[in-house]
Amino acid sequence: MSLDQSFVGRSWPATEPYLVGREKIREFARAIGATDAEYHDPAAARAIGYADVVAPPTFPVVFTMSSSRQIIADPELGLDYTRVVHGDQRFTYHRPVVAGDALVCVNSVEDITSRGGHEFITTRTDVRTESGDPVVTVWSKLVQRGEEAK
Amino acid sequence: MSDVLEPQTFRVTRADLVRYAGASGDFNPIHWNDRTAVGVGLPGVIAHGMFTMALVGRAVTTWAGAADAVVEFSVRFARPVPVPDTDEGTEVVVSGMVKEITDAGHTRLSLTATCNGDKVLSLAQALIRKR
Repeated sequence: MSLDQSFVGRSWPATEPYLVGREKIREFARAIGATDAEYHDPAAARAIGYADVVAPPTFPVVFTMSSSRQIIADPELGLDYTRVVHGDQRFTYHRPVVAGDALVCVNSVEDITSRGGHEFITTRTDVRTESGDPVVTVWSKLVQRGEEAK
Repeated sequence: MSDVLEPQTFRVTRADLVRYAGASGDFNPIHWNDRTAVGVGLPGVIAHGMFTMALVGRAVTTWAGAADAVVEFSVRFARPVPVPDTDEGTEVVVSGMVKEITDAGHTRLSLTATCNGDKVLSLAQALIRKR
């Protein structure tokens, strides 16, 4: 079944703020084996100009993946999540995520295409502070494999 | 910064995937349950694509010498990273080279990640801010 093309260009209301915790950043950094002092030690982060520990580059997925369920879990879209694999991932940063940030996500669908029996959907998540300052933009392309292509 | 990011090897075990699942909130069973992974046509449990990307991110920030140096970071997941249920698990090797200095003065780094000699990412690159 094809994905609903009318989703292209749609955007969703901003999510409830996600409060970035110092211990969550430390936990994430430990999980990827990153020992940089700026991820763990507030004093080291202050020394490079941040109010608290900074997050590793891929940390935003901790809250953007769950926020984009707004789109991908919508039955109208027609996505069969059991056949989905991650295609592409891209981040552009205005600044790193910092412990203490309260961040909202604005999700949109940039593209839906079909090729060789597979369906492709590109979602975009604009991550901002509550006052609207941009922090990071995250693009994910998901691939729904064709029924025959298992 | 040199023009080359020398190959860096990261060991990946099942325990790493469990820890990453907890830290990231991605509990998709294909990353910890062989039964589910095989059921969807995979050879067995595979690493989270975002875990592989995080390892590449570590190599990049280390090379750049700053935790906050990355302006842009993108990958395509070309092939899964199977992680056998052994103490050794598997290895991901990350390397890279400078492609250009942009008009804005940023450094564009082209990145490679391999597992068992196969490229697991394509079109992987990072833009590092001017210092």
